[in-house]
Amino acid sequence: MSQLKSLFQEGTWQNNPALVQLLGLCPLLAVTSTVTNALGLGIATLLVLVGSNFTVSVVRNWVPKDIRIPVFVMIIAAFVTVIQLLMNAYTFGLYQSLGIFIPLIVTNCAIIGRAEAFASKNSPLLSVWDGLMMGLGFALVLFVLGAMRELIGQGTLFDGAELLLGNWASVLRIEIFSFDHQFLVAILPPGAFLGLGFLIAAKNIIDAQLKAKAAPTAEEVKGPRARVTNLN
Amino acid sequence: MKLTMASSPHNHSHKSVNKIMMTVMAACIPGILVQTYYFGFGVLIQLALALITASLAEALVLKLRGRAIWPSLSDGSAWLTAVLLAISIPPLAPWWITVIGAFFAIAIVKQLYGGLGFNLFNPAMAAYVLLLISFPVQMTSWSPIQALTLESLSFVDQLAMIFTESTSQGVTLDVWRAGVIDGATGATPLDSVKTAVSQGLTVNEAMSKQGFGALAGLGWQYVNLAFLLGGLYLLKAKVINWHIPVAFIASLGLASAIGYIIAPESEPGTLFHLLSGGAMLGAFFIATDPVSASTTNLGRLIYGAAIGFTVYVIRQFGGYPDAVAFAVVIMNMAVPLIDHYTQPRTYGHGAKS
Repeated sequence: MSQLKSLFQEGTWQNNPALVQLLGLCPLLAVTSTVTNALGLGIATLLVLVGSNFTVSVVRNWVPKDIRIPVFVMIIAAFVTVIQLLMNAYTFGLYQSLGIFIPLIVTNCAIIGRAEAFASKNSPLLSVWDGLMMGLGFALVLFVLGAMRELIGQGTLFDGAELLLGNWASVLRIEIFSFDHQFLVAILPPGAFLGLGFLIAAKNIIDAQLKAKAAPTAEEVKGPRARVTNLN
Repeated sequence: MKLTMASSPHNHSHKSVNKIMMTVMAACIPGILVQTYYFGFGVLIQLALALITASLAEALVLKLRGRAIWPSLSDGSAWLTAVLLAISIPPLAPWWITVIGAFFAIAIVKQLYGGLGFNLFNPAMAAYVLLLISFPVQMTSWSPIQALTLESLSFVDQLAMIFTESTSQGVTLDVWRAGVIDGATGATPLDSVKTAVSQGLTVNEAMSKQGFGALAGLGWQYVNLAFLLGGLYLLKAKVINWHIPVAFIASLGLASAIGYIIAPESEPGTLFHLLSGGAMLGAFFIATDPVSASTTNLGRLIYGAAIGFTVYVIRQFGGYPDAVAFAVVIMNMAVPLIDHYTQPRTYGHGAKS
């Protein structure tokens, strides 16, 4: 149980693929211009990650070490193809607006990184959980960055949500404020770099404050801890 | 008598940061006056807006960083950034353009990198690029020079146009820009030459319209000459070295001369390039920023020449009419590399045996 919890913390915060490992930046920076695009790609990546982690973990004992990377890439590519065909069939508008970035999920280092670092060494169940948590962490960052950029760039949230969720979702569109002129830089790639920089800075600030809060208690623990080691 | 031991360098030029910044700002004055004469009081209003915003942004970030506010603010570097940015912005652009630009320049480009001396990019030009790609319409809506307009705007009208986007009579910038003397447009000389050439006209046809003077664009030629004057004063006062401006001008001049020889009908010529847009301002005031420019003499020559060449390439083949800001920001990125390969040999080290 504690292992599941630590995997949850690793994936969503301490070892977040986007904020700490800085993997998969290409789709992260390219498609987060709106919440809808970000969520679409985030969910697609999450599904591929779960599927590939599971499969890699199942076959891990039969794959020779020397050719493991090509095998992993084939497995990932198979899942990406499945996701791509699904999106083509059910969310065609989103499929068009994400464009090349759906097939490019194959090259997302966050996915092959988890296959290599975790799934090839752990049981299928744990690997699925790890894939789910890493994918969740990645999708969350995509979502937050997409929300920031959409809000600053055009003053809305969930613009075009019907592309992802079906026609009912067009009511989700929120117009927070309306500009006469769009703040284009937030929607253009430089805005993604600036936004990600601010997110990473915010995470570091939070970590530093948590550490500062935890520091005094660590010193209190220090006293009895010496005795515990003596007992051992 | 007390003899003190000081560490080297023993010979001191007695130039404080504040003094240098103030000298550069003083050297901007002729250019600002000429620009105000041709384009109206909007120039001064933008200047005031930029100065106020930059000071507030600098104070705010210094406070957030837990630094003393006055020592850094009073060195004048933020004010110089504000001045350079305000000069580059169209005089009747809406107020929020200048406010966003000045805030971005100081808070993000300068202070987030660590403040004066640590910024990788020239703050004024990085902010200008941000504004240009974010608000292309407002940032390219230069007002026509005053001599060409049918009705001139009073100071109050210009103030109203900057803050409310129309005068008290409801004249907006677009309407006013359309009301110029027959044949001239509100486009800058660089812009109208570029548009005309892309429509298949020759440069001579483009420049026979109203709005062009003997040397380059009417008004613009004198603005550039005024900045040249200020730049020469900076050279004389030894605030800047000759390397960057000379390399910049030589490279832009050479590139445009070669272009003129190859294709005289689509190429406005060397003098036009040197006296249009931000060429002189860029050569003497912007490219010479001591923080973001190269620091070795050979490096300065390479840096200036590369900026001049990039300006020419973007002006002639790129999508934007002027390119000083882009060229400076691009070459700022190359400065660490240039500096690495142009280190002068120190005595006793690195000689080839």
